[in-house]
Amino acid sequence: MVSFAIRRFLAMIPILILLSVTVFSLAKLMPGDALTGKIDPNNANPEYIAKMREQLGYNDPVPVQYVKWVTGFFQGDMGDSFVHKMPVTQLIGERIENTVMLALASLLITYVVAFILGMIAGRWPYRWSDHLILTFNYIGYAVPSFFAAIVCIYIFSIQLGWFPASGSISVGAQEGTLYYYLERIKHTILPAIVLGLFNTAAYTQFLRNDVIENASKDYVRTAMAKGTKTSAIYNKHILRNSLIPMVTFIGLDIGTLLSGAVITETIFTYPGLGQLFIDSVSSRDYSVVMAISMLLAIMSLVGNLIADLLYSVVDPRIRLR
Amino acid sequence: MHTQKKEALLEISELEAGFMINKQFYNAVDKVSFKVNPGKVICVVGESGCGKSVMSLSIMGLLPKQVGKVARGTIRFQGRNLTEITNDEYNKIRGKEIGMIFQEPMTALNPVFTIGYQLEEVLFNHLKISKKEARQRSIELLSHVGIPRPEKIVDQFPHQLSGGMRQRVMIAMAISCQPKLLIADEPTTALDVTIQAQILELLRDIQEKSGMAVMLITHDLGVVAEMADEVMVMYAGKIVEQGTADQIFNDPKHPYLQLLLEAIPRLDEEKDRLYSIKGIVPSIVNMPKTGCRFVSRCPKAMPDCSEVSPDMGDVGFEHKVRCLLYPESYPKEVTEASR
Ligand SMILES: Nc1ncnc2c1ncn2[C@@H]1O[C@H](COP(=O)(O)OP(=O)(O)OP(=O)(O)O)[C@@H](O)[C@H]1O
Ligand SMILES: [Mg+2]
Repeated sequence: MVSFAIRRFLAMIPILILLSVTVFSLAKLMPGDALTGKIDPNNANPEYIAKMREQLGYNDPVPVQYVKWVTGFFQGDMGDSFVHKMPVTQLIGERIENTVMLALASLLITYVVAFILGMIAGRWPYRWSDHLILTFNYIGYAVPSFFAAIVCIYIFSIQLGWFPASGSISVGAQEGTLYYYLERIKHTILPAIVLGLFNTAAYTQFLRNDVIENASKDYVRTAMAKGTKTSAIYNKHILRNSLIPMVTFIGLDIGTLLSGAVITETIFTYPGLGQLFIDSVSSRDYSVVMAISMLLAIMSLVGNLIADLLYSVVDPRIRLR
Repeated sequence: MHTQKKEALLEISELEAGFMINKQFYNAVDKVSFKVNPGKVICVVGESGCGKSVMSLSIMGLLPKQVGKVARGTIRFQGRNLTEITNDEYNKIRGKEIGMIFQEPMTALNPVFTIGYQLEEVLFNHLKISKKEARQRSIELLSHVGIPRPEKIVDQFPHQLSGGMRQRVMIAMAISCQPKLLIADEPTTALDVTIQAQILELLRDIQEKSGMAVMLITHDLGVVAEMADEVMVMYAGKIVEQGTADQIFNDPKHPYLQLLLEAIPRLDEEKDRLYSIKGIVPSIVNMPKTGCRFVSRCPKAMPDCSEVSPDMGDVGFEHKVRCLLYPESYPKEVTEASR
């Protein structure tokens, strides 16, 4: 499995090169310079600008610029942000923590809820509980996340006052204190629920159908013939088999971990990567846009790799060589 | 010790079991009655679709829950009526008192658990036993059913084993708690011929040593000849003839059985001649309401056969047949009315 992982990792290199060329070319095609953040906008002196351009390498041939950018990127130097006047690495570093926290919280909600509801619906199909879950899922699937976000803010923040409606931390919270972490969790809950429950709908129905299908398999009959309790048949035999297709989703989710929350982050003004991405696109902060695009691409590759590795963990028939 | 009348291990009477199809219930097993005595091998033969599996699943309480059920009749096992017990009580019998082997060894095991896990599961279900003992016992069972290198196989997954090996694992599982009755539903049909012979030999060997009763379901009269003490011939959900192996092979009464026996392949012929009786078993939704169910395919059919439903009639000691060729099979009311 280790050698498989290493080989898969090596296979990612050409894909990454292709990706970086694409991202770089797209950025080059856009008006303006990718690294304008280094130039003081108040100094309009053409001589100064020309000097800076030369110094920053904008007059180099395009391939040289590309190589500089790529080597910089993989050494952690992603250039400077024109809007934020700070290194992109630092800017993203601040945001990524929030995004990862939100993503993990929403993934947890998605899978916990989907597994519970999916197992209930699949074990007792066509009963009232199944219909109730189906209804819940239709609503979850049909309601756009921006609308759900607004409704949640209205009910839980404005009416009930349980959770804050925006931001990721309250002013005055000292990093490292318990209060600080509780505050962060509190700020994450609402966006995580909105984000998490959106995927829950599809996963629940998928799991339900897979459980129903598995329940008619021969191995279930064998387990019954051994005198195994129905609950153990569902919670061990069937669940363990239904886990296999669910791994595909986990792989996809890891891939979209960083980008999926754009709308939700914007509505909750939650300072994560998604929000930064949208802001940077509209303010033409290219060095940031390039860096985030690359990160997202890398994450989906890693997500796929993790999914493949997980497959071999949950399904003994899959041999990684 | 002498008992006057031997207590049957399993006694089925007037069993009706079937399925809901388009909101209507159809019997796949119709008023079936028979006994299985302790330590005996009873074979059930009949063409595909005549209700053999439905009958064996009824005994195990394993008919598909949503659509299938036992509608009427009793299944007495060691004196207890299994049609009246709860699922939890059934779970104490399945795997412990009655073991079952299925036709398809390729799919009967759970693909994601090791052989050891699946064997230990039966032991944990029924015995108070430690993890270590269960593993030890599993390895013993595997070697008992003739699996080489059992301490290695115990950690393997089903897909790493051949069909014959998997069927041996199924047998090991079914006999692990020393059941009184083993139901084997076409245990060799999916295997190739040499493996078939090995599995049958294993089954007979285990049966002789343990003294458990075996209900062996098969298409293959050759298998019956080798294994059976008693034989039950089924057609379209009904038993049409039953008797000792000797009676069935040397004195077959029912035209259906006679045709089956004629169709037994000689050594140099193709095996699937059993299917060469013209026509097919009627499906459970198109079952003739009156008369003999075999009438449309029967070379000896008489006018009465489409009108009068035959009963099981005694034609010898413990030899019964359901065919109007034998006066014993005429229903009582008809016989009396015609007098
Ligand atoms: N789940 C089901 N729903 C509806 N009808 C069924 C179902 N299972 C079996 N039947 C019907 O019940 C009848 C008896 O089937 P059964 O499986 O017992 O036959 P069998 O004698 O075991 O045949 P085979 O030798 O092919 O295994 C058949 O007509 C079949 O179509
Ligand atoms: Mg069958």
